Parts: sequence; structure tokens; C-alpha cells
Amino acid sequence: MSDTDIRRPVTPGVRLGRVSFVWRPWNVLVTLLLAAATFLVFCLSIGAGDFPIALPRVIATLFGGGERFDRFVIMDLRLPRALAGLVVGLALGVSGAITQSLARNPLASPDVLGITQGAGAVAVLLLTVSGGTTAAIAGSVGVSAAALAGGLGTGLLVYLLAWRRGIDGFRLILIGVSVSALMQAITTWLLATADVTDVARAQVWLVGSLDGRSWDTVTVALASTLVLLTVVAGAAFQFRPMHFGDEVAAGLGVRYAVVRAVMLLCAVLLAGVAVSAAGPVPFVALVTPQVAMRLVRCPTPPLVASGLVGAVLLIGSDLVARTALPVTLPVGVVTAAIGGPFLVYLLVRANRRQVV
Amino acid sequence: MSAVKETRLASGPASGVASGSAAARRRRLTGLSVLVALLAVSVAASLAIGARSLSPGEVWQGLFAAPDPDQRLTEIRLIVRTVRLPRTVLAVVAGIALGVGGALIQGCTRNPIADTGLLGVNAGASFGVVTVIALFGFTSPFQYVWFAFVGAAASGVVVFGLASIGRGAGNPLTLVLAGQGVAVFLAAMTTAITLSDRQSLNALRFWNAGTVAGVGFRVIWPVTAFIVVGLVLALATLPAVNLLNLGDDVARAMGVNIAVTRTVAIVAITLLAGAATAACGPIAFLGLMVAHVARYLTGPDYRWLVPYAGLLGAVVLMVCDIVGRLVVRPGELDAGIVVALLGAPFFAALVWRGKFRNA
Repeated sequence: MSDTDIRRPVTPGVRLGRVSFVWRPWNVLVTLLLAAATFLVFCLSIGAGDFPIALPRVIATLFGGGERFDRFVIMDLRLPRALAGLVVGLALGVSGAITQSLARNPLASPDVLGITQGAGAVAVLLLTVSGGTTAAIAGSVGVSAAALAGGLGTGLLVYLLAWRRGIDGFRLILIGVSVSALMQAITTWLLATADVTDVARAQVWLVGSLDGRSWDTVTVALASTLVLLTVVAGAAFQFRPMHFGDEVAAGLGVRYAVVRAVMLLCAVLLAGVAVSAAGPVPFVALVTPQVAMRLVRCPTPPLVASGLVGAVLLIGSDLVARTALPVTLPVGVVTAAIGGPFLVYLLVRANRRQVV
Repeated sequence: MSAVKETRLASGPASGVASGSAAARRRRLTGLSVLVALLAVSVAASLAIGARSLSPGEVWQGLFAAPDPDQRLTEIRLIVRTVRLPRTVLAVVAGIALGVGGALIQGCTRNPIADTGLLGVNAGASFGVVTVIALFGFTSPFQYVWFAFVGAAASGVVVFGLASIGRGAGNPLTLVLAGQGVAVFLAAMTTAITLSDRQSLNALRFWNAGTVAGVGFRVIWPVTAFIVVGLVLALATLPAVNLLNLGDDVARAMGVNIAVTRTVAIVAITLLAGAATAACGPIAFLGLMVAHVARYLTGPDYRWLVPYAGLLGAVVLMVCDIVGRLVVRPGELDAGIVVALLGAPFFAALVWRGKFRNA
């Protein structure tokens, strides 16, 4: 190492008491823009429907004003759905960013940790196998709650199986991939043996949808997401140095084993919350961190921006699905149809720039 | 530091880590012959075992006896030649294709969870199947097999095309992510069709299970031809893939044309995975699993790893097909499902015991 490598930091740091971070204007600007976009899409989504409400009236009503009829339509009918989209998008985006950071693999996501497949297998089991026990479970706790339990159980199973004197990213994703494959095979088998009417119902659930969300489900999901995001925010400052590897992180004073366990647990629970609120919306957690990385131009998946990209993607897709398309499609189809090509566009643009 | 690297490289450009010794070579050859023997045994078992079990003598008669008025012999001939032989041949061919494809894609992307579906091949094949069923109402696999292959090949080409626009060409990360992006989009289109068209949903759920049964030689021979071309291309790239795993800079310094190597490898993977998926449906996890097991058995030298992975793929697919015939008699469990149900716990146990290293 020559001494030219030791130089002043290119970007200035900011220190506020015990908290310090590097000042990156582009990063902050993009994140603020994403937050604004999230709010805009959120309001547009509330305004759109059989009874259209103009944007200013939506905003006025959300902040406590508005006419009585607007209040009824927005607060009682439309807000739960929009909030569900917001929560699911945030949860999936952050969960994906954490998983990809921990595994240091752009293909990793809560899907790879078995949460989506576990929830899917349980839901398909309940929806396709008619008979005493399954019908009783589906009737008493509901398919979503049972699927949530299945997803969290599978996530926990992956975690326990991958535990061997600590959690190692490589072992975690390989175990996760095998457990996911197992759950996927069970789902496929159930679908292949079931009655085709049940299969169609199961298919709709598997895609993920925001139809008919009420305040009951949304309140629980919103509260638990807020708690989890607070924990993530608290651990985030310790989390960032872990990209340099365990040794460097330990050298910088990070208790990496604890931070990793906490972050992984949060990722699993966030994905679980999303499953309970919208079903296993596929691909969002995989795509959003990569999109956010390229928008923010940062080398690792950014937590806040990923969550916001997820929220914009989910609410926006729901808006498109309800208004722009001739046929009604569940939100999961539209997120994938928009998210996939957008990721490809960003990749192609980045590749082009390398030529210059 | 640099001196160590030079001596290691000087011992032979593609020799990998300490693979030059005669003992290691002998051990690997022994392993290879054991795998070939295992494959032969499983082929014999596959011909004999099923809803009606046959003795080795009967299998022999069924295969080679001339047409005979004898009622019993005609029945045996029918079972062996039109039911057991096609699925056995397809299991061998598809198993080799998926094993080789899985090992090669892990070598090209340096990603340990890369599987043969990564280039959008499975999503493309499913999309092809669902589209023709929804548009033309095809019902028999004979009709839609070719559309599955076209879908798989087209998505492979699109992914590679997108990833190689500009001079960042063939960067493994770009390739992996472009594959995911295209697969995500195609899967969404497939779902959109199946949600509105009950008939294609019904076909897709059986197609998704992945099976080696039910297609005749009319499909198997052309599929085999594509796979053979893919295998030749795959084997031709192996020395260069070894060097790519030392990093792009080292590979370039050793005289490897990186863009050509990656292109040929990806064409090979698309042919192998596309043809196998078209004939069998998506068989997930097989390529990923055998690539890791092969790496554990041979070490990181792809010239050995890839043949091992191919043979392992064939053996595993064959055994899973046989198990699938036995467990839910008189019905059958599709081989693709058995692969995951049996393979995943086994694989997870090996991972837990720390048998595998990063690709």
C-alpha cells in the first residue's frame, strides 16, 4: 500500500451528537424525491375510483379538512387499501434490502429465505384440500393468518437450520433455497392434484392482491411495520459497516452477530407482515433493492430508498391495475410487469454509460 | 504474494488448485466410472420398475425380441418400448442437460444460487405453453412442446441481448439481473393469462410439476439433438471458464477472449436448459444441487466438475422418476416434485455440515 491511498475523505461527514453519517447530496435528493413520489401516488390512488376526487381535496381531507362525503369515501373506503399498499411496499422493499445486504447476493430476497413459499404452501393447502381439519383452520383463523404462520414458521426453520455457531450468509441462502424448493414442490403438487376451481382460487391468492382490505387488517400491519422499521432504523448505523466483512465490522466496534440476527429477524417479520396484508406478492422484494441501488447510485442496497421504491411500485401498480387496464388484474401481476422491465431498463442504461 | 500466484498459474493454465497430481486424477477418473456405473444400474432399474414390474430377462426380451404372436411377449414389448424406454432416455438426456447447464451457469455468473432457470428459460417456456393454449386451444404436449422451446430460447436470447448492450458486455451481475427482470415480466404475463383462461391454468399446473413421462421419441430425438449441440459447446468452453473464475483481469491476461467465452457458454446453457425444459417442464433445483455436489467431489476445476454434474443430474433425475412411480401407487408423483422433496433435505444436510464452498 502506498501512502497515496491515505487521503482526505472526498465527501464531508456530518456529526450530530453520537450520530454521524456521510453527506451525500445525490443520495438525499433521490430519497426525498422518492418520498414525494410515494406521497403523490398515495394521494392519486385514493382519489381514483368510481367516484373520482381531485388531488387537492384528497390532501385536504387527509390532513383533517374536507367535506363530509369526501371524508366518508376516503377514510372509510379508500384509505385502508392505499395504506395496505404503502405498508406492503415499504415492508417488502426494506426486507429485500436487508436480505440482499446480509447475503451479499443480488438474487437473495425473502423469497429465497422460504417465507413466500412457506406461506404459499400453507394457503394452497387450505384452499385446495377440502375436509375436516383444513376447513376448520381456514374457517376459524382465516387463510391469511394461517399463511402468515406458515411463512414465519418456514423463515424460522431456515434460520434454525442455517445456525451453526452463528449465521453465515452463504449457508443461509443455500439452506433457504433448498427449503424454498421444498415448499414450492409441495405447492406445485397440491395444485396439480386439486380440483381446477380450487386451483383458480389458490392462484388468485398466490399472486397477491389488495382487494377489499379493511381497517382491521391494515391497523395491525401498519402498527407492526412501524415497530419493525424503528428497530431497523436503530440497527442501521451498525449495519452499514458490515458490508466490509465481519473482521472489518468487528474492528469498527460493530457487534456483528447481534446486528445480523436482529436485522435478519426484522427482514423475516417484515416479509411476514406483507404476506398477511396482501398475500405473497412475488418479486417486489427482489427487484426494489436493485432498482433503488441504481437510482441512488450507491454500491449497496439502500434501506430507506428501497422501502420507498417498494411503496411507489406497489401503490402505483394498484392504481394502474384499477384505472388504466381494461381487465381487472391483481396488484401482484402489475408490480411484476412494471418492476421487471424497469430493472432491465436501468441495467441497459448503466451499461450504455460504461461505453462513454 | 505475486510469486505464489505466478507459480500456481505456471503449473498449467487451467489446472485449478492442486489438481495436477496423478493421484487426484486417478481418484477423479474412478469417481467418474462409479457415476457411469450408477447411471447404468439406474437405467436398468428404470426399465424394469413400474406399475407392472419386469424381470431383467423380460426387459431384455422386450427390447430386442422380434415381433411375436405370443400375447405376453407383445405386452412386454409394448411396455418396454413405448412406455419405459422413452422416459428412461429422456431422464438421462434431460438430467445431463440440466446438470451441465447448472454447473456452467454457476461458473459463468459466479453465483452459488444460480440455477438453470436464471436466464428466464423456465419463465419463457411456461409463457410459450400458456400463450399457445390460450390462443389456439392446444391440449396435447406434442403440440406445445415446440412453443415451450421457442419461448425458452427467445427469452434466453433477449436476456443475453439486453445484458450485452454497450461495452459492459456479459458482466455476470448484469446478466443475472437482466435474467431476473425478464423472468419476472414473463411470469407476470403468464399469470395474467392463466387468471383469465381456465384451460391454460389447467394445463400449466401439470406442466409446472415437471415430468419425464408422457412424451414419445417423436419429441425426444429433436430435443436430444439440441442438447448434444449444447453439450459440445459447453465442453468447449470449460478451460476458459476455469480461467474466468480467477477473475476477468487474470483471464484476459492469460489470453481468454472473455466476451466470446461468455457468449458461447450462454448459448450452450440456453440450448441445454431450454430443450430439457421444453420436453419435461420446469425441473427446478436439480442443476443447482448437482453443481454443488459435483464441486464438493471434484474441486473447482470445471473440466471435471461439469462432467460430474451432468452424470449426477442424470442419476438423480432417473432415481427420482423411479421413486415417483413407486410412492403413490397406482398413481405417479412427477419427477420434478420428487427432485425437490428428496433433494432439498439431503442438500440442506450437506450444506449444514459445511461441505460446500462458494462458487
